[in-house]
Amino acid sequence: MSYFHSVTLDTDKCQGCTNCIKRCPTEAIRVRGGKAKIIKERCIDCGECIRVCPYHAKLAVTDSFDMLGDYEYNIALPAPSLYGQFKNTEDANVILTGLEEIGFDSVFEVARGAEAVSAITRRLLQEGSLQSPVISSACPAVVRLIKVRFPNLIGNILNLLSPMEVAAMMARREATEKTGLPDEKIGVFFITPCPAKVTSIKAPLALEQSNVSGAISANEICAKLMPVLKNITQPKPLSVAGMEGVSWARSGGECEGTDTMQYIAVDGIDNVMNILEQIEDEKLDDVDFVELSACLGGCVGGVLNITNSFVTTTRLKHITSELPKRQESCSVTLEDALFRTPIEHEPVMKLDEDFAVAMQKMEQMDALYESMPKLDCGSCGAPSCKALAEDIVRGFGNENDCIFKMRERVRELAKELFDLEARPYGLNNQKEDEDL
Amino acid sequence: MHKYYKIDGKDFSIAGEASSDFKTVLKKLGTPAEIVRKVAIAMYEAEINTVIHGGGGECDAAIEKDKIVITFRDQGPGIADISLAMQEGYSTANDKIRELGFGAGMGLPNIQKYADDMSIETEVGKGTTVVLSINL
Repeated sequence: MSYFHSVTLDTDKCQGCTNCIKRCPTEAIRVRGGKAKIIKERCIDCGECIRVCPYHAKLAVTDSFDMLGDYEYNIALPAPSLYGQFKNTEDANVILTGLEEIGFDSVFEVARGAEAVSAITRRLLQEGSLQSPVISSACPAVVRLIKVRFPNLIGNILNLLSPMEVAAMMARREATEKTGLPDEKIGVFFITPCPAKVTSIKAPLALEQSNVSGAISANEICAKLMPVLKNITQPKPLSVAGMEGVSWARSGGECEGTDTMQYIAVDGIDNVMNILEQIEDEKLDDVDFVELSACLGGCVGGVLNITNSFVTTTRLKHITSELPKRQESCSVTLEDALFRTPIEHEPVMKLDEDFAVAMQKMEQMDALYESMPKLDCGSCGAPSCKALAEDIVRGFGNENDCIFKMRERVRELAKELFDLEARPYGLNNQKEDEDL
Repeated sequence: MHKYYKIDGKDFSIAGEASSDFKTVLKKLGTPAEIVRKVAIAMYEAEINTVIHGGGGECDAAIEKDKIVITFRDQGPGIADISLAMQEGYSTANDKIRELGFGAGMGLPNIQKYADDMSIETEVGKGTTVVLSINL
């Protein structure tokens, strides 16, 4: 298993505060020696730490625009959330034309991949062969969260590749036909709203190798597009996807394309964890389809976007109102879209391989926790007293990391010193005194 | 090893905390997913019963060599007719509780469905003890 992560730390900027450790949904960050450290096995690249860091010390590693130079023919794969990033631009054609002007040879909308996935999802739901409730596989942070924390629900994940992968596959096919170039000379670049997507390209979920060559931050692309867009007076008719595909950018969009009324769309990592708990306990029995997005608002809330997610959502409504409702612009078969490899549980949360040893550790953990101040202050570098107790048992924490425990020890030591100092001289000395 | 929980009888909004915590414990121990699921569902149902019918109580969850044994004890009104209580859809929950979405009469039947073994000791006016176990 490769542990590539887009989310990384700029050590120089990190002040060692407790903001990120408290926000992380998988308790994957500790502060050690005054700097944050990400536990690679646990990180799901949701980007919450990037959002919350007041010093901008957390960042998403993305591919550089210069990478286009490595290929003979470059295709831009804009995430539908890109459409709502620009003020006074409510025509998708303008943005797509802009992408060609800044250096891409062609554009393939990820929204078209989304429509293809929707069409297949509808078919599968109708056939009734899926494990209910079906959980969307579109948000890679959610899929990783399930792998790490909700192994029971792996079977509920819709076994279809993400719209990005499907779009990349179709874009490659089209480009090969059009240019006659070999695969390795065609660059396919996803314009990403979030770090989780970057990771899902470098360390793919459910397939051996991604069809995407690289992921360029929406941020960087927006900066390049902005000066270009206002000069586009005659946009090319590049927009093909319909409302249903583009709506995937916001929470609820994917659900609306399933044709079932028994759906629920949940956004925001805390809400997602909450609903996963409920599904795990079988408390959500009247729902067929569950759409989950780690970011509030859906992909529009991705940390690499430049515009407020609520603003983007409103703009998208305007943009999509001009589009045909449902387009099925490309022929994707079920085999094209199916997972190539199964999603597997990553038991990174368990205390020990051996159940008996794990149980001993759990008992030690409980005892340690009982002796702690239970303030969850984070000063020790762990997100909570419970997490510190667990770290100690796992062997990467120390009781003295807790400043309250430390203070107690200092007090005890001081008392000991005081007692020592107050003691009368030793017997020998006393005898000598008497002799005098 | 044991986990002990006090079950508050007044606050419906926190009902389910014990089973949720124990589920986390089992996951950390590396318990097979299917067992975690069975425990989580059966324990949740029993916990809710302790809250809505028992008026609160206590829970002891023990992990033994070959099974998990969970005991819920309350000093509530007791169950007058156990065979009736075991029927799907039968519930003595009042309207107020039903308005909160509980009292569908599936509590005990669900515990029986998911637990490998279950026993009820009850005395009207004194209280109820439900013991459920799930094999490891």
